[in-house]
Amino acid sequence: MWRDHLTEIIVFSLLFLLVSVMGFVAARWRAPKDMAHLDEWGLGGRSFGGWITWFLVGGDLYTAYTFVAVPALVFGAGAMGFFAVPYTIVIYPLVFLVLCRLWSVSHRHGFVTPADFVRSRFDSPVLALLVAITGIVATMPYIALQLVGIEAVLKTMGVTGDSALARHLPIIIAFAILAAYTYQSGLRAPALIAFVKDALIYVVILVAVIWLPQKLGGWGSIFDAAEAKFQATAQNPNDGILLNANNQLQYVTLAFGSALALFLYPHSITGVLASRNRDVIKRNMSALPAYSLILGLIALLGYMAIASGVKPLPGAKEGTVDNNTVVPVLFDQQFPDWFAGVAYAAIGIGALVPAAIMSIAAANLFTRNIYKEYLKRDASPAQEANVSKITSLVVKVGAVACIVFLDPQFSIDLQLIGGVIILQTLPAVALGLYTRWFHRTGLIVGWVAGMGLGMWMLYQVASPTRKHFGGSAFPLSEFGFDTTRTIYVGIVAVAVNLAVAALVTLALRAAKVGEGVDGTEPDDYFADEGDPRVTPGTDRDADSAREPVA
Amino acid sequence: MAAPEPEAPPTAPTRAKDHSPWNWLLFIPIVVPLIPAFFNGDSPRVFGFPRFYWLQLAFILLGVGTTTLVYQMTKKRGGR
Repeated sequence: MWRDHLTEIIVFSLLFLLVSVMGFVAARWRAPKDMAHLDEWGLGGRSFGGWITWFLVGGDLYTAYTFVAVPALVFGAGAMGFFAVPYTIVIYPLVFLVLCRLWSVSHRHGFVTPADFVRSRFDSPVLALLVAITGIVATMPYIALQLVGIEAVLKTMGVTGDSALARHLPIIIAFAILAAYTYQSGLRAPALIAFVKDALIYVVILVAVIWLPQKLGGWGSIFDAAEAKFQATAQNPNDGILLNANNQLQYVTLAFGSALALFLYPHSITGVLASRNRDVIKRNMSALPAYSLILGLIALLGYMAIASGVKPLPGAKEGTVDNNTVVPVLFDQQFPDWFAGVAYAAIGIGALVPAAIMSIAAANLFTRNIYKEYLKRDASPAQEANVSKITSLVVKVGAVACIVFLDPQFSIDLQLIGGVIILQTLPAVALGLYTRWFHRTGLIVGWVAGMGLGMWMLYQVASPTRKHFGGSAFPLSEFGFDTTRTIYVGIVAVAVNLAVAALVTLALRAAKVGEGVDGTEPDDYFADEGDPRVTPGTDRDADSAREPVA
Repeated sequence: MAAPEPEAPPTAPTRAKDHSPWNWLLFIPIVVPLIPAFFNGDSPRVFGFPRFYWLQLAFILLGVGTTTLVYQMTKKRGGR
């Protein structure tokens, strides 16, 4: 019953109210001369310095769903769930190397999305359209999953109802508020809210990892309790606090594939492009792993939940359990009410920051690569900003509809697919930053091949409870290998994508098929703040708005 | 590395700018965390953490150290 959780609900609501006010005020924060420009609404004026970028990108990559789902995975499967740690270590050197180049070329040419870059680099609107659609399709379920994070918290506080509408009313309200201030303030809203989100997360986790092990008899006994639980349950042979011979390959390919996917997601790129210069990005790649440490500790909350005997709340269907509730239930059991309220607010607000950035990123893709490319070629920057604002509303309505009308499991499946499909833009976007060797048609054919194979493989994966889409661990025996090992679907799909793209490229080159004109130059990829050759926006005066190099 | 001449019209592509050999160091934190042989074991335990957990958390420091070093070494000359 919700009355037992009154203190938690009050604390949660107050903090939620605070960030809502901040979201609206954000429009005036570092106010631009002219908000009616996509650079301002959608990229915060490309002006964020080190600290803001740290909070923004951190708030962007480490989502509420991560905070809820990773410990849930550790709770259910053990060591496998810890892949989140190598995954978030590996990503930063990759960004350091790759996304700096994307920042530079985007800075000089005024690109807002990765598809903008692809269009210019490969002179192919079709390839750009594929990249844009892939980005939008991969991002939508990710936004919906943020709602799953909030719902796990609300469920634990007893805020549920009998009818579908009553059960979902709180998140509908929350998302309506979020949509309103994102509409008004653009990327500045999540940037400002991220400060509150991250401060709350850090406080909650530090308290949790110092306080809970003392109550539970120390770290050693927490791990031992987890091991005992995995030994006792025989139905899943691959769980345990260490990896075994079968799932090591899956662990490594999942960590690496997820890292590659994460920095191709439109919302990560939006966060990176919003920074002021290359230095800000590079310094952040040294500072952002602080979040990985927090994530690693959060993952271990799954074991603490085992050690303190947490029983997850029942799921949507009869007889199922919702593992996503283990962390909220753990907080409810172990923390005083008011602090549990703070922890819930951290998760709830943690959902808002990435949801806002993702909807902005998806809206930018639609505006730049579909609306401007195919619907209204001569759109002014003000019209672009307007279309983006409206699209961001549509995207959020879609995300809420996904949760309200469909089984949440559907969103989780889609997100699983999302990681695999966004990886298929790797050859065009990431390798495109280094080489134009691939032929544009080769990239398109490779994309189709990778997409098709990835979908088929995901469809084949069964889990103890489901026949299809049971996970991303593909048994190699399906390819005819005599082994029980599994591998991450995305890695195989992108490898095939690359191979096909290379073969088609060789064939087309032999046939001397036109390759279009490269719209970029080699030194575009090193341009930095204050670059004399920045292409000004169509109606923007180039110099007056730019601050001098500090 | 080309001499920095900000006034000159940047016609000649300055390819060297991003191609420091220090960048190769970044492959260490990409590769090392992906070799399970290093961390997939229980002993030794540190503060009760099996090796699987403390070593992977320690790899975060490896990542931070390497990116910081490469950043410092490849920073633009004539520091600001």
